[in-house]
Amino acid sequence: MRITVNGDIRDVADGATVADVLTVLGLPTTGIAVALDGEVVPRAAHVATPVSAGAVLEVLTAVQGG
Amino acid sequence: MDDPLIIADREYTSRLITGTGGAANLSVLERALVASGTELTTVSLRRVDAQGGTGVLQVLARLGIDPLPNTAGCRTAAEAVLTARLAREALGTNWVKLEVIADDRTLLPDPVELLDAARTLVDDGFVVLPYTNDDPVLALRLEEAGCAAVMPLGSPIGTGLGIRNPHNIELIVARAGVPVILDAGIGTASDAALAMELGCAAVLLATAVTRAADPEKMATAMRSAVIAGRLARSAGRIPQRFWAQASSPPR
Repeated sequence: MRITVNGDIRDVADGATVADVLTVLGLPTTGIAVALDGEVVPRAAHVATPVSAGAVLEVLTAVQGG
Repeated sequence: MDDPLIIADREYTSRLITGTGGAANLSVLERALVASGTELTTVSLRRVDAQGGTGVLQVLARLGIDPLPNTAGCRTAAEAVLTARLAREALGTNWVKLEVIADDRTLLPDPVELLDAARTLVDDGFVVLPYTNDDPVLALRLEEAGCAAVMPLGSPIGTGLGIRNPHNIELIVARAGVPVILDAGIGTASDAALAMELGCAAVLLATAVTRAADPEKMATAMRSAVIAGRLARSAGRIPQRFWAQASSPPR
């Protein structure tokens, strides 16, 4: 299925969870935060939260700024 | 001198809060942070990429500096609230420097969205430190909304124009029941000292140090300036006079 991760279209397996997406795309799993369709997904829920086709995922981390 | 900066439930020795933006690289940043003596430093939240690390957080952790996530770049209350919640998740802190800006040319805070976001985040359990205009009325409103400090600008972000309306800063200080932190516009050490002489509890600056020709040296200057300004404020300056007054005995 196709989802959007940080603005890019990605193909991931049907039934993938937030944790699966992070792993498949080689994204770090600590020091980050995930928003799924505009809502924060707490870290503890990454494994249990399924991503549906067309979902918009934002994966953010701290950078220099301010 | 035992004169800690107290914000919400935390106590800091240093009254200089720094930003991490604008530094040429992490080693320049690290030397500047150490020289500044800061204990609280802002970071931003951005999209992660596969090779991107969280280097800045590792630097802060190594130096024992608390990270203060900001909502830089947000234009609406909704965006800022989501960013703050993501920052809480990523960094494990409920502290946030709340920024809601109106446009890219001035980077001035949007007061309507700012107050709206502040109320939502306070209700959600955040310790909110809002970057605000030098508007004494808005500062009071933010305090009433439950903000842990108010952070008026001296002049627009990154301009180095110093404190354009010192009287407004004094008005904000005179009525505030929470710490007033001068945020944005600091260009050089005398600006930071003036902020403290006007009664600010702390100074937040980034560009003035990170984009200085010698960031480490400027950080040292800012550290001294904040201490000097604080001492001068508490020492009770002499009144200004129109005519001279001899300081030596007449004969």
